[in-house]
Amino acid sequence: MNYKILCLALAFLSGSSPAQTAGEIIAKVDENLSARNRVTESAMTIHGRRGSRTLTAKSYAEGTRKAFTEYLSPAAEQGTKMLKLEGQLWIYSPGTDRTVQISGHLLRQSMMGSDLSYEDMMDDRKLTEIYDAAITGEESIDGRPTWILELTARVTDAAYPKQKIWVDRERYIPLRQELYARSGKLLKTALLTDVQQIAGRWYPMKMLYKDMLRQGKGTEFLTKKIAFDQAIPEWIFSKAALKQ
Amino acid sequence: MIRFLLKGILHDRHRSLMPIIVITTGVALTVLAHAWIQGVMGEAYTMSAHFATGHLKVMTRAYAEDQAQMPVDLALTGTGEMVEQLAAEMPEIDWAPRIRFGGLIDFPDSAGETRAQGPVAGYAIDLLSPDAREPGRFNLPQALHSGRMPRDEREALITHDFAEKFAVRPGDSFTFFGSTMEGSLAFHNFTVAGTVRFGSEVLDHGAIIIDLAAGRQTLAMQDAAGEILGFFRNGRFDRQVSQQFADRFNSGRPPGADEFAPVMITMRDQEGMAQLIDYTNAIGTIMVMIFVLAMSVVLWNTGLIGGLRRHGEFGVRLALGEEKSHIYKTLIYEALLIGLTGSVTGTLLGLGLAWYLQVVGLDIGNAMKASTMMMPSVVRTQISATDYWIGFIPGLLSMTLGNALSGIRIYKRSTARLFKELEA
Repeated sequence: MNYKILCLALAFLSGSSPAQTAGEIIAKVDENLSARNRVTESAMTIHGRRGSRTLTAKSYAEGTRKAFTEYLSPAAEQGTKMLKLEGQLWIYSPGTDRTVQISGHLLRQSMMGSDLSYEDMMDDRKLTEIYDAAITGEESIDGRPTWILELTARVTDAAYPKQKIWVDRERYIPLRQELYARSGKLLKTALLTDVQQIAGRWYPMKMLYKDMLRQGKGTEFLTKKIAFDQAIPEWIFSKAALKQ
Repeated sequence: MIRFLLKGILHDRHRSLMPIIVITTGVALTVLAHAWIQGVMGEAYTMSAHFATGHLKVMTRAYAEDQAQMPVDLALTGTGEMVEQLAAEMPEIDWAPRIRFGGLIDFPDSAGETRAQGPVAGYAIDLLSPDAREPGRFNLPQALHSGRMPRDEREALITHDFAEKFAVRPGDSFTFFGSTMEGSLAFHNFTVAGTVRFGSEVLDHGAIIIDLAAGRQTLAMQDAAGEILGFFRNGRFDRQVSQQFADRFNSGRPPGADEFAPVMITMRDQEGMAQLIDYTNAIGTIMVMIFVLAMSVVLWNTGLIGGLRRHGEFGVRLALGEEKSHIYKTLIYEALLIGLTGSVTGTLLGLGLAWYLQVVGLDIGNAMKASTMMMPSVVRTQISATDYWIGFIPGLLSMTLGNALSGIRIYKRSTARLFKELEA
């Protein structure tokens, strides 16, 4: 009797139902990370082999299919813009006044020398749209209890056919991610920290990505400001916006 | 006596014609095989040295570990001072900073939108200095297929096959897109000055050549270069001297924690070149040796048959009172004369064929389409000093030895039984 009460109390304290399925967990993760639209100001610090450099940018995203980013600093990158529309990516360079479309294997190349690829930045689909999930264990990260979920892609065009994520049991945010190739080789890791509640949802404001195939100390992605469900003018997501 | 023997050889065609034809053929093939192996290997080495390895190369330790990936982010810095220092310390070597890089070139349509694009390997080399030697190393004046050489930093050469694939002509513009030394996006507009065809499938597949200054500007590599290549001024790779230079340079820079410290390596120590050079040399030597041995056996056999065929003649000569040693000596002299004649004609024929293939070459482009090895698509023979004497080994020695061996029977013949043999 005492044991049952203890279990119920723990379940209540952890804020989760003991019968929760893996599918339900990643659906709740999607609720936190995905939005109708969002406007973000970010700073990306790339810790390369020769030193570190920081890029700041302002991004607009509409659902999972449209995104626009303008780089604000440093001077070498200022005015560079990227537009994602329905799986296609264009980059505008103010220095050459040219818009170049990135496609094919180039999407898997490092973006701006970071540990993220263009594909990483483009693939904003919800986890539930891409993966089947299974709970494989539990672990505590920085004192926070997590579920360990193994995600297996059920679509053929997933950037990472397998993922392992450690989901905060209370806030439904991944605190750690391991991204694998189909062969099982670990390609990238991500640590998500500084989780804040914004407009009723939890969101990791700091992410540290590490491409395991590159030398270097990883790329820090810091969300300085984020606003959800804003009124973003439609022209932002057009090729004309690149040259403006 | 030689004139007498020569008359005998010329009058008795059974004694001379067939052996001379066999020797000529064998010697010609030996000379041609040797010149062929020398030519193919020589061209491959020269091309590798000029395009990729140099006779010596200076780069950072980190770059050296990963140089196949053309990692501009691991490039050498302070190259101006370093080249001056190298030139002062090793005046026998001509030093050439280069940037090898990868990226994408994008050809716009009339609206400036992407019309076509493809991945390229880029070479930023000194094209525009008044005394630039790099165009010669890349054989650019001869490789130019259309257009002209670049006249300023905004112009580039692209490989002809690549240009044809994307319907690009001299005068068209394109945007290079890649990564700078610090990892930023590299965008730069160029105009196609001309198209080149190197005759190597690996290079012709897709490459651009721009001036070093343009490369530095595009890739944000001021006073930096991926690698500094050193070439012996006489054009010949000297293994010992280059190793001494490399050891001297590296001794002042012991291996340590600094992955961006410069390191010098010789051509032999680059990209598996040592194994390649040793392997191909060994294979080349073995091939020539097998050929020489095979020809020696054939010619020896010719000598033996010639000696045996003249069994009756020797009997008559012995019966007439000629000394055994004299018969044996004349046999050897005759063999020497036949061998010499065959070797000379065979060497001349072999050299002629080798010269033809040296001038015209043999197109192996179709066979090399899938190859990633830096090989010319037209291979040529290379006539060297060895070709003037190598054919004499099988031609002269084996013929003489064959006859000498068969001639031993002369000494075993009994004068008392000669008439019985002759009656039979």
